[in-house]
This record gives sequence, structure tokens and C-alpha cells, in this order.
Amino acid sequence: MDGGMIATTDTLVRFTGVQKTYDGEHLVVKSLDLDIRKGEFLTLLGPSGSGKTTTLMMLAGFEVPTHGEIFIGDRPIKNMPPHKRDIGMVFQNYALFPHLTIEENVAFPLSVRGVPKAEVKERVKAALDMIKLGNLANRRPGQLSGGQQQRVALARALVFNPALVLMDEPLGALDKRLREHMQLEIKRLHETMGLTVVYVTHDQGEALTMSDRIAVFNDGIVQQIDRPDALYERPVNSFVANFIGENNVLSGVVENIEQGWARVALDAGGSVVAQAVNIGGAGNRTSLSLRPERVAIETGDSGDSSMNRLPATLTDLIYLGDHTLAVLNTPANPEFMVKLPAGSYAGLVPGQDVYIAFRPEDCRALDPV
Amino acid sequence: MTAAFVAGADVPLKRRLKRAERARQFRALGLVLPLLAFLLFTFVVPLAGMIWKSADDWEVPQVMPQTVAALKQWNGQGLPDEAAFAALAADIRTAREAGTLAVAAKRLNYIINGYRTTLLSTGRKLKEQPAPGTAKDTLIGIAPAWGERESWTAIKSASGPVTSYYLLAAVDLTRNADGAIVAAPPDQAIYRDVFIRTFTIGFGVTALCLILGFPVAYLLANLPTGRSNLLMIFVLLPFWTSLLVRTCAWIVILQSEGIVNGSLQWLGVIDEPLRLIYNRFGVYMAMTHVLLPFMILPLYSVMRGISPAYMRAAASLGAPPTTAFLRIYLPQTIPGIGAGCLLVFILAIGYYITPALVGGAADQMISSFIAFYTTETVNWGLASALGAVLLLSTLVLALVYGKLALGRQTTGGLKN
Ligand SMILES: Nc1ncnc2c1ncn2[C@@H]1O[C@H](COP(=O)(O)OP(=O)(O)OP(=O)(O)O)[C@@H](O)[C@H]1O
Ligand SMILES: [Mg+2]
Repeated sequence: MDGGMIATTDTLVRFTGVQKTYDGEHLVVKSLDLDIRKGEFLTLLGPSGSGKTTTLMMLAGFEVPTHGEIFIGDRPIKNMPPHKRDIGMVFQNYALFPHLTIEENVAFPLSVRGVPKAEVKERVKAALDMIKLGNLANRRPGQLSGGQQQRVALARALVFNPALVLMDEPLGALDKRLREHMQLEIKRLHETMGLTVVYVTHDQGEALTMSDRIAVFNDGIVQQIDRPDALYERPVNSFVANFIGENNVLSGVVENIEQGWARVALDAGGSVVAQAVNIGGAGNRTSLSLRPERVAIETGDSGDSSMNRLPATLTDLIYLGDHTLAVLNTPANPEFMVKLPAGSYAGLVPGQDVYIAFRPEDCRALDPV
Repeated sequence: MTAAFVAGADVPLKRRLKRAERARQFRALGLVLPLLAFLLFTFVVPLAGMIWKSADDWEVPQVMPQTVAALKQWNGQGLPDEAAFAALAADIRTAREAGTLAVAAKRLNYIINGYRTTLLSTGRKLKEQPAPGTAKDTLIGIAPAWGERESWTAIKSASGPVTSYYLLAAVDLTRNADGAIVAAPPDQAIYRDVFIRTFTIGFGVTALCLILGFPVAYLLANLPTGRSNLLMIFVLLPFWTSLLVRTCAWIVILQSEGIVNGSLQWLGVIDEPLRLIYNRFGVYMAMTHVLLPFMILPLYSVMRGISPAYMRAAASLGAPPTTAFLRIYLPQTIPGIGAGCLLVFILAIGYYITPALVGGAADQMISSFIAFYTTETVNWGLASALGAVLLLSTLVLALVYGKLALGRQTTGGLKN
């Protein structure tokens, strides 16, 4: 939970208390406070219908916030029409103009700005070379593959050096390999051109690899905004813990809290010590979050009393090359998953009674699910 | 698999592709065959019949075969010889008995006004075949017109089997006694004006439909489904009533004592009723109303396919709304504009009930004349020739459109 709220001088865009409703009944965006810093790659990540596109559209000027204000620099942009916002946008389905050639598509933002013809030619050529499509300049969008069209859309959104680039699931329509290739390409452009990018996706892998910061959306609310590693290692609530990466959940009731450590009595019996992150006082229900790679399997008692230890039965071992996934049945969670590093499961056989062991600092007590 | 590959290897790839394509083409042909057969009998055959009729010249050869044969050798200078006069007398007598003389008389009367009287009165007065050698004097005695060269060139020019007379007449041309193509006499030279009027009205109505229809189609394509369906019903409403009823409604609305004039007078805007009908204004008004849906529907179907994402993309790239419309939206609607204009124009130039009912004498379009010649005077030749000229000019326009449309064709691009 670092400084999403800290107003620094290099803040490019700021949302303050933004709400949005389409039907006047329920809020699609409930209360959005968000700072976008100059030069950063910010990803909006969240399940379908969580309000990511709506947020982007408000920023681009195609939707008007029902409440609250958006600033670019210090200027409120409520009354600024989209074409004056200087925001480059890449749409999910590219929206390349079908009646114009690739060259004309990329030249469009320059020619509407009245850039002299010779300069337009030069910059378009540079932009097409940047995406390595200079040889297709005279084709029409319909004659290009999906990946090529996406690159053209990218070049078109970048050619006029916008202050901010918005991308709404730009890679959603591409196959996996091409998607990974394009991720690298976008990342490279971001770094070499020093762009500020707001990127929407519901693919968490994409979000984790590309972003400087990720804002996790759910139900019209930003659940957490943080660096990818912090988001994964230190989720602040159960939604984020479950949405990002694999997660094991154990439910229980808080017995006591002491200096940030909570003793939790599990519903299925036994008690563990966990980091108190997002819980009320003693007596409240909580869901414990445990990453599969932070748990060890012990066949006997190691005697380390600083570890939490729960009995379990090994039900399955799934070989996955670089690691092995162990599925265990514990009273608290019948499908508990543990990631074992390659080669470390010697001697384990399904059906065996074992213990799962984890450190209190790897176990986060969050809001109950 | 390898075996199969090798088995066909001696046949060149091109040929194999062609063979595969041919099967597909046959299947496609099979699907449209019923329609083709239908079109053949309801469209192609009547059309061919019409074009043939515009050149067919059967009356004189059939009614006056001997005269036609006798005039074969005549060079058109001076008067024909005695044998031709005898043949004419014989033909007239035979035809009069058979009752077919009027048919030839009608045909020849197109060429020279008054020919009918000459021929029919000659028929009446020619009691018997003149004695050999006296045919010329007898005939000229009955009707002095037979002593004029033009009477004979008329027969010769109408002696078939085909004639350019009708087609020339349809564009205000005719042949003089020497067979040269010259302008028709002023009292017959009306069709060019009528064609120009027809096309002027056609273009005018098309332009009005485009101006009025484009915004409506845009609205239809961009409203939420529920409301656009409602609006669509209003657009289609005119199709639910007959053309005649709609046109008569305009008469009720626009006539001197009609609703519009009544209201304006009541409001004190005007003192005298405005002349809104039985003139060009009424024609434009009524025809635009009738043809508007034919513009809106093709426009709508094209606009439906244009994603709002394009306009958003244009705006995000810095284009103000007008620029975005002119450079992004409008060009993508051109197929719809083309189709709508072509449809409205072709329908408009074929209209005749509406101009006949709400237009004045100077607003009648070519179809009225075609109808007049087919139903009133039964001059199939001229009616067909006018139809053929209309068809030809329409075809030329369609070809120009096709060229333009093909030139603009794109391979689509992703719609989203
Ligand atoms: N134009 C609109 N009119 C009414 N409701 C809308 C409109 N656009 C979006 N919504 C609703 O707002 C909510 C949020 O939509 P939004 O498009 O922002 O979601 P999203 O996070 O982008 O989802 P996805 O990942 O599926 O694209 C959804 O429940 C959607 O039904
Ligand atoms: Mg979306």
C-alpha cells in the first residue's frame, strides 16, 4: 500500500472522488481516487464489469463522471472535449480506419493538427519503422494480420507524442505467443519513449510482467494499488489475495491480536499465528491467505516452534516441470495447494499423512470471504 | 497421404485449382438458377421484346408487299415508275378488302402528317385496278399527294424490316426525304426536353432524399435499439399505404383550399393561397416523400456497420467532431450513399403516377409519355424507343456508379 495517495509534483493525472453511474441506480465506479505519475506504466486490473473501461473512458473524455473531478496536471478536464485532451488511445479492436491506408492512418493525428506535409511524412515513416511495418505502408487495415493491426494502432496513438497513452485490453484478441511478443514491444516503447501508459487488462500475468504499478479494481472500487511484487506478496484484502496468483484460504476467528500478530482459531480446529493485516478486533471472523510456494510439507515434527503446523493428507502430486504441485486435504481446506521446487518431493506418495508448515509472516489475516 | 499427393502431381496446380473452383461455381449457379429463370421470363424477355419493338417495322411490308418490292429498285430521285404506281394501287385495293389499310396508314402518318387521309381516301375512291399504263395518272388524279416524291420516300423508308425512325424520334431526330439524319420539326421535338426534365427531377429528388435521409439514417443507426425500432416504424410507415393514397393525401394537403394554405391564411401569413401543387414544387414534395425510405434504408444498413469506435478513435487522435465526421465517418458511408442515390434516382426517373397527379403539364416525366403511347395511341414503336433510351441512360449511370464504387472498394477491415 505505498503512495497511491501521496500527491507528488510528478503527478500527471489525478482522479478525486470520481463516481460514475449509467442508469442512475447503481454506481459502476464508486469512489475513485487515483494518481497517475509521469512516466509510469499503470495497469488497471480487475474482473469483467469492474469499471476499468469506464474509468478509461472518463479519462479520455467519452464518458462524463457523475461526481468528482479529474485533473490533468492542475487543470480540471470536465469541460475539455476529447480531441483537446492530448491523450493517445489504443482500442481493444484497434479501430483502424478501414478506408485509409496504414500510412494515412498513422498520419491522421498529425494532419488534423496541421503539421506540415513534409514533417508528417518523416514522422510517419519513423513511426512505421519503429513498429517494423514500413513495407506495408500502402496496405489497408483489412489486409493486415491482427498483430500487425495492433502495432499500427500503437504507432498511430504514439506518433503525435501524447502526454498520456491509454490502452484498453489492446492484446485481448491476439493469441498467446503474439500477446507475449507484443507485451515486450509495448514495454520497450514505454521505456525508450518515456511514455506514461494506463493499461487495462484482466490478464494478471500481463499486468504483473508489464506494470510499474497495478490498480486492482473490483465492483467499482480500487481494492489496492501497488507495485506488482507488493501486490502479490502483501495483498491488503481477500479479493486481491485471491485475484492475483494462487492462494490458499483458511477460515477462522481471531482470538487475540498482539503487536501486529493475530492468533486465529481455525473453524476446523487448531490455531495459527498470522500477520494481522485487515481484521477487526478479537472475535471477528477472518480469512487467512497463504501463497502455495510459502508452505512446506513435513513428514515428521521438525520441532521448529516458530512455524505454524497443521496436519494434512496428501491427495495428489502434479508434475509441472519446473515445480510440482501437491494437493492436500486438511480439515480447514480440502484442496490445499503447495508448490514444491523441482526435485524436493522425494519420498512423498499420495495418501500419506503429513504436516503443512508455514511461517506466521507468510500468513496474512484478511477480511473474511 | 503422400500417395494421394503424388497421384495428382502430374496435373498442374493451376488446373487442379480451377477444377476445384468449378465445382464450387456450379453449386453457386444451382442456387441462383430459379431466380435466373424467373428473371429471364419476367425481365429479360420483355426487355428484349421492348428493344425489338423500338426497331421493328412490320406494318408497311405486311400491308403493301408489292409496293415495297417495286420500290426496291427506285433510287429515291424523282417519282417511281409506272410499275410502282400499279403495285400501290393493287396493294391498296387488297388491303382495303382485308381491312388492314388503316394499319399502314397509321404507320405512314407518323412520317407525314395527313398521310392517313391520302391513303384512306385513295382506298375509298379506287373502285377498280387502273388499266395498265394508267395507274400513275389515276392515283395522282385521286390524290395529288401521289405526285410528290415525299409520299414515296415515306413508303420506302417504312418498308422494313427494321427502322431507326422510333429511336431517332425519341431523341428529337428524324430522316429527311434523302435519308439524312436531321433535327425533327419543332412541333415534334419534345422528347429531349422531357428527358432533361426527367433527369432534372430525378437528380433533384435524389438530392433532397439524401439531405433529408442522411441525418435520419444516422439517428437510426446510433439510437438505442428500442427507440431506433420505433423510428424505423415511422420510416417504413409510408410503405403501408398505397402510392396512390399517399399522393392523393398530398393533394389534400397542398391544394389551394388545402390544409397548408388554409393554416397559413388563417395565421395571416399570406393573403392569397400559395400555388403548392400542380407545379414542380408539388412534384418534388410528393416524390421525395415517397422515395425517402429507399434512401434511408441502404444508408442505415451501411451506418449500422460503422462502429462508434472509429469516431472515438478520431477524437482521441485530435480530430474535432466536424473533421472526424468528414474524414472518417462520411467516407465510410459512401457505399450507402451510392446505393441509396442510385436506387432513388432510378425509381424517380420511372415515376409517372405521382407527377401526373400533383404536377402541371410542364412537369410530366418520360414515363407519362411512354404510358401515353402504349395505352392511348398504341404507338408501341415510339413507346419502346423512349423506354430504350431511358434504359440506356440508366445503364450508363449504373456503370459509372459501379466504376466509382469498385474504385473505392476496400477489403473491409475489422469492424468492432
Ligand atoms: N454505456 C453503458 N451503459 C450502461 N451501462 C454500462 C455502459 N458501459 C458499461 N456499463 C456497465 O458498467 C459496468 C462496468 O463496465 P466497464 O465496461 O467499465 O467494465 P470493465 O471493467 O471494462 O469490464 P471488461 O473487463 O469486461 O471490459 C458494467 O456492469 C457494464 O454493464
Ligand atoms: Mg472493458
